[in-house]
Amino acid sequence: MPTLWTNSSWAVRFCRPENNQQDFTQSEILFCFVSIQLHKNILRIIRSEQGWGVLNYNGGLLKTQLAVTNLVEINNLHFAYGERPILSDLSMQFPRNKVIAVMGGSGSGKTTILRLIGGLIAPKAGQVLLMDEEIGKPDSAVLYRQRRSMGMLFQHGALFTDLTVFENVAFPLREHTTLPESLLHDMVLLKLNAVGLRNAANLKPSEISGGMARRVALARAIALDPQLIMYDEPFAGLDPISMGVTANLIRQLNDALGSTSILVSHDVHESFAIADYVYFLSEGSIVAQGTPEQMLASDHPYVQQFVQAKPDGPVPFHYPGISLAQDLGLEAAHD
Amino acid sequence: MINRLISRTGHEVRVWLSELGLAFRILFAMMISGLGLWRRPRLITTQIHFIGNYSLVIILVSGLFVGFVLAYQGYYTLNRYGSESALGLLVALSLARELGPVITALLFAGRAGTSLTAEIGLMKAGEQLAAMEMMAVNPLQRVLAPRFIAGLIAMPILATLFTAMGIFGGYLVGVQLIGVDEGAFWSQMQGGVDLYEDIGNGVIKSVVFGFAATFIAIYQGYQAQPTPEGVSRATTRTVVLSSLMVLWLDFVLTALMFK
Repeated sequence: MPTLWTNSSWAVRFCRPENNQQDFTQSEILFCFVSIQLHKNILRIIRSEQGWGVLNYNGGLLKTQLAVTNLVEINNLHFAYGERPILSDLSMQFPRNKVIAVMGGSGSGKTTILRLIGGLIAPKAGQVLLMDEEIGKPDSAVLYRQRRSMGMLFQHGALFTDLTVFENVAFPLREHTTLPESLLHDMVLLKLNAVGLRNAANLKPSEISGGMARRVALARAIALDPQLIMYDEPFAGLDPISMGVTANLIRQLNDALGSTSILVSHDVHESFAIADYVYFLSEGSIVAQGTPEQMLASDHPYVQQFVQAKPDGPVPFHYPGISLAQDLGLEAAHD
Repeated sequence: MINRLISRTGHEVRVWLSELGLAFRILFAMMISGLGLWRRPRLITTQIHFIGNYSLVIILVSGLFVGFVLAYQGYYTLNRYGSESALGLLVALSLARELGPVITALLFAGRAGTSLTAEIGLMKAGEQLAAMEMMAVNPLQRVLAPRFIAGLIAMPILATLFTAMGIFGGYLVGVQLIGVDEGAFWSQMQGGVDLYEDIGNGVIKSVVFGFAATFIAIYQGYQAQPTPEGVSRATTRTVVLSSLMVLWLDFVLTALMFK
């Protein structure tokens, strides 16, 4: 653990990395944040019938000892865009402190699950529970309170293009806390340091690469120390180095913050390396689930096709319809 | 045939009514959430700078040229009746009661309105609004409301500047170029323009036009399809709808204010 200096006034400066190393580790950063909050009496301990929890400066849960083991639960969920069904009778569990990967082909409904958990869209039937409480209706106060315990990394980062990297990460802190500027500055730099972009703080999103933008978005997603972090295709379009760095960051952040991570991805290798549990989704339903090891050993045809990247199988290469011979008029179309 | 026509008309009316209902719901939610902005005035002042300051040049230049033309056309008519000394009054009344608010609103819709629609539409397309929601920040309060309030404040100021610049343009052409008596030009204006009836009504019009043009721009951006074509179509709709709405509201307000 880093050294904590208690006789000085503002916080991050209390903390010194262990052995005077240059940079903090993730757990040291977390320790510093907790220390800061304890020092300023910002932490509040809440108690309920289910156990206890510690609220952070943002009102989100920082540490919990609740009887509920699943942070998120989806029960018999149905969702459709208009008449087109996307998810049908879906049930999933996302236990605390775990990294859970949701995998499947394009259009299988993976991102829709994240949007349902985030309350961006509402289910047609069934339930989405966060800490045993149903996700609030759109624009409701309940939903906004629940979102303070969530962080989401969007597929393309969704950084605010008119703000610098620093201001992007500072945005949720400015919106939800009244931290003094000096402390906020230090906290943002620590978050950026965690993703390796402290020295890019003054750049605009247009001046950084796609991989860097994704890492900035990651720093922004964890700015409020959320209990739940959702990642939408975090590896898409990244070079192998950035991919490895991002994968490690997801695992480390999850462990350091004690949060739950839901990882939506196509990338088998990276996802299996960091996930505790994997769901395979096809046409809106779970077709297989288990630990990465179980999935690698699975003889389920869908899992086999996905893991071994076979072009054809349960997921056809060609969009369903008439054959090429029929299209070229070489064979009569069947009714 | 008739059945299909009735069914189609019914469908269109239903879609239009549901769109109208949604627009009013968003307007109401935005106004309620905007009440919380008194604690963060900087969000509004930044937008006033963006909307107002960047529209200033086009408004001032247009005002000057409208004043030039009004003076020429006004002199042409008044001269027939030997009333060229009333040129100042004609220019001032035309601008304060009618042209100032209307032309400013049309220019505002073209300059600031399209910019607002495109900005909000692109924020939506880039998932910035969704990201904001996921950070428990209400985009209606953080993005839409400050722009709406800024438009309401900026529009009357811009219309006033347009009118002032137009009067100056009328003076340059009427007095300096054509040679209308300077004393008559200003004194007729001073005696004939009523603070409440003329200037007050003009300000009311500009506030109403600002309300309509800004809300249409914001709503179109917020409801735009999150694609390049969607944003492009929303921007076009902003100009068309705002212009028609301003002209229609001008007719209604003029009829109500007419004595």
